[in-house]
Formats: sequence, structure tokens, C-alpha cells
Amino acid sequence: MKSIRITNGRIIDPASNRDESADLWIVDGKIAADPGGPADETIDAAGLVVAPGLIDIHVHLREPGQSHKETIGTGTRAAAAGGFTTVVAMPNTTPAADSAATITWIQERAKAQAIVNVFCTGAITKGLQGEELAPYGSLVAAGVVALTDDGRCVQNHEVMRRAVEYARMFEMPVMDHCQDYSLVGNGVMHEGEWSLRLGLPGWPRMGEEMIVARNIMIAELCNSPIHCQHVSSGGSVRLIREARSRGIPISGEVCPHHVALTDASLATFDTNFKMNPPLRAPEDVEAILEGIADGTLNILCSDHAPHAAYEKEVEFDQAPFGITGIETEFSTFCDLLVHKRKLIPLERLIALYTSEPARLLKLDRGTLATGAPADVTLIDPGLEWTFDKNESLSLSHNTPFHGHTWTGRAVRTIVGGKTVWAL
Amino acid sequence: MNIWKRKDLIGLDELSAEEIQFLLDTATAFKGVGERSLKKVPALRGKTLVNFFVEPSTRTRTSFEIAAMRLSADVVNISATASSLQKGETLKDTALNLQALHADIIVLRHSSAGSPRFLADRLNASIINGGDGAHEHPTQGLLDIFTMREKHGRIAGLHVAIVGDILFSRVARSNIHGLLKLGARVTLVGPTTLVPRGFEKLGVRVVHRLDDVLEEADVINLLRIQHERQRKEYFPGLGEYISLFGLTKARAARLKPGCLVMHPGPINRGVEIDSDVADGDRSVILQQVTNGIAVRMAVLYLCAGGAGLPT
Repeated sequence: MKSIRITNGRIIDPASNRDESADLWIVDGKIAADPGGPADETIDAAGLVVAPGLIDIHVHLREPGQSHKETIGTGTRAAAAGGFTTVVAMPNTTPAADSAATITWIQERAKAQAIVNVFCTGAITKGLQGEELAPYGSLVAAGVVALTDDGRCVQNHEVMRRAVEYARMFEMPVMDHCQDYSLVGNGVMHEGEWSLRLGLPGWPRMGEEMIVARNIMIAELCNSPIHCQHVSSGGSVRLIREARSRGIPISGEVCPHHVALTDASLATFDTNFKMNPPLRAPEDVEAILEGIADGTLNILCSDHAPHAAYEKEVEFDQAPFGITGIETEFSTFCDLLVHKRKLIPLERLIALYTSEPARLLKLDRGTLATGAPADVTLIDPGLEWTFDKNESLSLSHNTPFHGHTWTGRAVRTIVGGKTVWAL
Repeated sequence: MNIWKRKDLIGLDELSAEEIQFLLDTATAFKGVGERSLKKVPALRGKTLVNFFVEPSTRTRTSFEIAAMRLSADVVNISATASSLQKGETLKDTALNLQALHADIIVLRHSSAGSPRFLADRLNASIINGGDGAHEHPTQGLLDIFTMREKHGRIAGLHVAIVGDILFSRVARSNIHGLLKLGARVTLVGPTTLVPRGFEKLGVRVVHRLDDVLEEADVINLLRIQHERQRKEYFPGLGEYISLFGLTKARAARLKPGCLVMHPGPINRGVEIDSDVADGDRSVILQQVTNGIAVRMAVLYLCAGGAGLPT
């Protein structure tokens, strides 16, 4: 029996509605009651918040097939450095994660290389082609926690309707990258003043909103949850708010870049500001912030999308979409939402990264309840630090946040009772 | 006094009014060179200019070539089909190779907006934007403004109408930025699909009836309609376009005296401009071409570090 006592900290566990100064005990990799007697190891958390291990439900680990961008080993090390004990891997790998065989391969790889928990998503459609349903029965048996074609969007509404309807049999949430291809075309940045100025093809808000609206209708029709990934448009927030007020099982997540940056950042044509959906206008940022504050948007995530430097260092319209973010997301949100804008308290920020994603995907994580796996993140909410991409643990450094300074940072990451990263 | 401190010319959006004026004044000084029998000055002797045209062009490439020759620079032309881009080499690597060959100036024409900025940030050579996607075509904007200033004697207070496919036009953007900085009024004219309202945020007026501006414009700058390259949903066809936005003889007759008719070329006779109007008294289309050499001489000379104007 190994026991760890985390002492002098402020325990915040939104899942059990707990916020108090107390010791947290870990025994044999589980959260435990005080076993009595001295601990084998004591961690002093004076001045720190003791939170459930953070969960990021939107991460591209790039394996199998794209290990020049990221590996399960490097991606989970970057996750640990961001305070994350659990990540959910997206299926747009090579091959796509549309079969039990690929899911099993990822899980084996994670067992050997990952330093945080890795959960898999399975594809909605075979090869992410948007045409034929992937075999959900065997994907679920293999252990996927959700279905998504992320990186792509099922365009055919009938296919999407049947996908959600069929997924209901397995109580599987469907997550969607909301993008109407006919409206977005070859758009590479938000359609607005800046796209007109820069002469870059525009990606209109409506290209997202149309699919969000579609998903609301399908979620209502099928009475089965759909989660809208990386919401970027103010209109999407309004649609989701209205639908949730009617009890429709629809939800949305927010990435840090969509609230910390705007399309004006593209003025220098730096491809580290190119992602999909794109950075939008200040009014979208405000609408998303309002949505986070009022609970319309209840999940935060990174959409960590590593790309090799040589892939990004090309003409703007030819560069791949996506930026890294798992090491910086907690700080970006903490700084903006809790400190600068004071929109939510720290307890809610932690909930958005723990109890909320755990509930959406029905994970046995995101809580410090007795008996739960001892995934714990220690947070210094007042620590000011500056991000240097050259110190990133990710294999790729395609970040727009190099040189940014924030207040608030995870300082220690504990997975199953084992410290996997500490500042 | 030389106020020019830039190694590159990427666009007019980033220039100050003073810098644009200075470029135009320098171009005026160079214009005389082309009118001499010995059309050459030694300003860039020993410098190497590479015309790197990833997207095809005849007029702009030739104009840069003549401008460079008149400045005594050595000129090499590279087209996309003749470059290693065809073999999968990246733009960055191709450009690094040009730099390793000691190119002093690279004129880049590329279909991707932002490509000249991309090279300027990475190379020591001067990068001159010869047109990048729908972003900017600064030397075309400068030669248009140069021509307007030459004919009208001023830019401030002029009313310039730019007509046609603004959305996809780099020429329009460079004209808009340069003209607004120098105090002109700019009206964009074209179908709602090609002249979205968002352009008003740049400080211009947007209208969708050419007839509304004919009697008030000091300059009509017509853009080439590139229907073959455009998706069909932007407008139904050339016939309807001509009826709404073509500068027909009837419309040209309503222009006020002294109004210039301009076009960056190549013109579509009978589409955006009536054939006789293109050849008529108001048309300065070929003078734009001539002025392009002087403007490009000024740009090359200033960016490549020339000192002192020709006497």
C-alpha cells in the first residue's frame, strides 16, 4: 500500500460540490479517506488549488500515421505539462480510427507510451468520408467514448440523422466539427473586414451556424446528444442557448484561441494563426464569452493540432489548418475568464475542465470523490508565466501564443497517484 | 530627403501617405529617362533582379524587366513551369536558392495572398510584390495613381470609381489603400456579390448602379471581368454584366469632361469596356502602361537602396 498526502491546499472538486482547505489522500492510486498514520509521500500544496485532473476532450495525437507531427508519447507529455490527466484523441489519423483494430492499436500504443489517460473517439463514417456509418457496435466494444468525424463534417443530413439515431442504441454522444462545405468553399479565414482587406478567401460564420442548426434539429429528432466542437461563431452560441433552454441534448465547446485572438491577427499572414474554424471578430468573442458565463457552452478544450514546421511554412492558403494548445489552454482561459474579465470563478473554470467533460462522455474521471482514480492537478491560480514555444514538450511548435504572458498555471500533474509532470 | 527605409514593397496598405508621395515623385524623376534616346541610367548597375512569376503574366513581367534594364540591373526571368516548384520544391526553398544565387531583388507574382510577405520575412533580398492572389498589386496601384496625378494634377479631392470584380481584385485593393491615403474619395461599383458591403469598413462608398456615378467621377477605373475563372454563382453571365456595369458608349457620353477612363489590362473589348471607348479620347489605358515603367523604376531603385535621384 502506497499513501500520498497532499496537504495545505484548497481542494476544489466541482463534481462533489466541494471547496475547502483540507488534506487529500491517495492510496494505491485512488482517492481515499485519511487512512490514519503517516503518509509514504507528502506533497505540500500551500497556496495551491488541488483539483481533479483536467480533461481535454479534443486533442489530435496524430498516431497512427502522422508521427512526424506528434506521437502519443510526446502529445501526452505536452498534455501533462498543461495540467491534463486525460485526453480524448480525435479519429482523423492515418488510417482513420473507424475500426476496432485501429482503436486497439491506439490503446496498446497509449499503454506503452502515454503518461496520461488516453480515451479514443471512433469515426462517425468509414474513412471520415461522410457516406457509410462506421461499425459503432465494435467501436463501442473496443472502448471509444464518443463518435466524431472531426477534421471533417458529415454533409449529408440523412447520413448524420441515421448516425445519431444509431448511436443512441449505444448511448454514444456524437461530436461534430460544424462546417457546411458548400458555404465555406475554399475559405481560409473568417469572412469579414480582414478577409476583404487581405484578399484571403472567407470562411463565413454561417458555414458553422448552418450545421449547428442542423445538429440541433437532429438531436431533437433523435433525442440523443450531439456536441458541437470548437464553437467559433456568435450565432452558434445563440442557437445552442435557445435549444438548450428547450431541453434539447445539444452542447458546445470552446477553444482558447477563439476567445483570446481575433481575425485581425492574420494581418501578417502567419500560418500559426490559421485553424479551422478560423479566428473570428470581436463580437464573436464577446458572444462566446457570454455563452461560457451563462453556461450555454460548458466544455473547454484545446483542439491541439500539431503540424510539422515545414508543413506550416508555406503559402498561407496552402498551409494546413491547426495549432497546438494543450500546454497553454488552461492558462489562457484562467487569465482571461477568471482574472482579466472575471466572468466565472476559478471553481467554474475547473468544472468546465473536469466534471462537465466527464459527464458528457460518461468518464469515471474528473472528480476527487473517494474511490475515484487519483488523477489530480495542482494549480497555482496566481502564478504569472511567459510561454516559450521552444520549451514545449509537443513535437510541433505551431502555436500562436509564443511569448504570451498569463496568470494562472497548473504546476503538478498526478495520474493514478503518480506525478507525471511538475513545474 | 529620402524618407524611404523599406527593403520590400508588399502593399500600399502598409505605406504612409508620405511614402506613397515619395514613390510617385521618384517615378516622375524617372519618367524622363524613358523619353531619352539613350534610355538607361546606371543606378542599379551590378544588381541582379529575378522576376519570379509563379502565376503567369506578360505585362507586369515585361514592365519590371524593362524598368530593371533601364536602371542597368541584370535580369533573370523564372516562371512557375520553369521552376522547381513543379518538382515539389516549396516556395521558401526556391526563394532561398535564388538568394544563394545572390539575387538582390525578387519580384514575386503568386496566386496565394501573403506570399511576398512570407518571403520578405525570410530573405535578405528585396521582395517586390508583383501581385499576390486577391491581396495587393502595389505597382499597379501606384501606376494608376501616378497616371491620375499626372492628368489631374492632384489626388486629394478626386472622386475615383472602381468598377467590376472588386472581391477578387488585388488591383482594386492597392488602388483603394493608396487613393484613400492620398485623400481621394473612392466609390466601388459592381454587383452585390462581387462588391460586398464589408468594403465600406475600409473607408470607401459602395454602390451597385454604374449609372449613379457616371456624372460625378473624375476617374473610372474598370477592372477586368474574369468570368472564366469565377464561379458561376457570382453573376448570371456576361450579357447581364454588360447591361448593368459595362462602360458602353451611351454611358461614356455621360461622363463629365476630363473624366479619365482607366483599365489595368488586359481589356475585354465589348465586356467591361466598349471597344471605341477603350480607344477614345478619355482613355489613358496605354499611358498607364508607359507610366508603369517609371513607377517600377522608382520602386526598384528605392528598395534596392539607390541614393540620389537622377538629374
